[in-house]
Amino acid sequence: MLLRRHLGTAALNGFILVGLVLTIAPLVFMISASIRPESELFSFPVTLYPKVTTGDNYSSLFERTHYATWYVNTFITATVRTLLAVFLSAMAGYAFAKFNFRFKRFFFMLVLITLTLPFHVLVISLFKLMVVFQWLNSYWAIILPSAVSGFSIFLMRQYILSVPDDLIDAARVDGSSEMGIFWRIIVPLVRPGMAVVGILAFAATWNDYLWPLIVLSQKERYLLTIGIATMDGPYEVEYGAIMAGSLLSTVPIVIVFLSMQSQIIAGLTAGAVRE
Amino acid sequence: MASAGAQSKMIREGPFRQWRWDNFERRIIPYIFLAPFLIIFAVFTVYPVIDSFFISLHKMDSLDPSRYVGLDNYVRLVTRDSRFHKSLINASVFALGTVFLQLPLSLGLALALDSRRIKYRAIARMGFFIPYITSAVVASMIFQFVFEERYGMINGLLNALGYEPVPWLRSAEVAMPTLIIVGLWTWVGSNSLFFLAGLQSIPEELKEAARIDGATEFKVFWHVTFPLLRPVTTFVVTLGIIGSYSLFAQPFLLFDGSGPRDSVLMPLVYLYQRGFESFKLGYGAAIGYLLTVIIIMVTGIQLALMRKWGS
Repeated sequence: MLLRRHLGTAALNGFILVGLVLTIAPLVFMISASIRPESELFSFPVTLYPKVTTGDNYSSLFERTHYATWYVNTFITATVRTLLAVFLSAMAGYAFAKFNFRFKRFFFMLVLITLTLPFHVLVISLFKLMVVFQWLNSYWAIILPSAVSGFSIFLMRQYILSVPDDLIDAARVDGSSEMGIFWRIIVPLVRPGMAVVGILAFAATWNDYLWPLIVLSQKERYLLTIGIATMDGPYEVEYGAIMAGSLLSTVPIVIVFLSMQSQIIAGLTAGAVRE
Repeated sequence: MASAGAQSKMIREGPFRQWRWDNFERRIIPYIFLAPFLIIFAVFTVYPVIDSFFISLHKMDSLDPSRYVGLDNYVRLVTRDSRFHKSLINASVFALGTVFLQLPLSLGLALALDSRRIKYRAIARMGFFIPYITSAVVASMIFQFVFEERYGMINGLLNALGYEPVPWLRSAEVAMPTLIIVGLWTWVGSNSLFFLAGLQSIPEELKEAARIDGATEFKVFWHVTFPLLRPVTTFVVTLGIIGSYSLFAQPFLLFDGSGPRDSVLMPLVYLYQRGFESFKLGYGAAIGYLLTVIIIMVTGIQLALMRKWGS
């Protein structure tokens, strides 16, 4: 019985370990490929651990591509979209959570519809709209169309529902304006929810590929994802430089996500997991 | 007289007026809070959704004036466009792979992670979450070399074990399995964390009660745990199916578009090729609409099946 139990523990830990190694190996490869010379990458036998290390990939990444520019572009675009997403969805979520008004059910239906509406049903017309607005190669094309998602409003509503009504009424009796209530009571109390919405919006901008590919065509205006993908061409840079760029683009977002992992998973599965 | 004047003054400036303004403010304020969302939603979602349908009824090459063709684009897609059919079959194969490989793997991983006998759970959870955050572009760039035929990691490993190299990215037969493997890498870990969140929300007393009644661990899982996980399972399967039919970056970048003999041509890649490479905007819009209808139908069937299984 005891032996069986030990074997079971070993099997469980082994299963997790194998899964973990398979998950991490491609990422270790990315790191290793970014610091080894091209000649070593294309040689036998295939190894994961670099024999010789070099910084050449990183220098050619910055000297021969617009990588630094793409990084700044992506950072600014993602930050603006994140701020918009956080505050606009908190405002809408507040309206749905704490007010009764005409057409509330109808508007909330709209939110739920955006939850299920796939992007490709509107992409052609959205592109036409960008041409009309002259937003091709403009970051507004990235920021505004997806600034408020149904999901983030839904999430903020869930968080704001848990704010006690008494607190809001007390502020009203004290003569606080409605905007004042929002800024001084709601916002401080739902910061964790805003953080989740913000991180998801940031990551969505940071990682999106199809829409930027459609609206951005000037190299200096690229975002990281399109930039990295175009580096992979016959006249571009070595594979090691692509890996260097991939690594530098992945690290910050991984750190932020991992530091808030449990809140993010709770947010993503809100509604699917009963609390 | 004097008292009446004082009264009206009080009404104009006193607490009564204050109350009326408050009331008005309170009635108007939810619309003010909703306004930015509604405006953005109207301009960038409602209008494009309607307009796309309109475009799909036209023959529209680039942004030039278009010609009304009725349902011609749809008829052609349904009856004659074999590449579109191929893309739907490919997406369905990928979706089946997603459901029947990812689900048991991620559920198994979640059960293992939930066990008290596991060491280093915190580190494992972090590791399993990373592929979910890694952008599809970065993942494609990595896997391009991992699956490289001569110098790639996987064939290197196969070679060390004495096997022949596999043309992961170049063969029409192997391309889809390769794509499914990439999908497994991307989603099994995060799905297992979603399952884990579901597992941890199940009260331990329920399982304990079943054990006291003499149920084996398997029976506890099958009759208690698994049925209670149904909301998470539905969530994971639904997202998996929608994701399968909307896959873009991985096939597009790993296989230069559609792979050998269209073996990994995906619907969204096809939409991109027709709409934005050949600039057949009307046809592209029709693909988008038809694809959406198909996704809604497939998820509808899946949800109905899962509800039936639950009752």
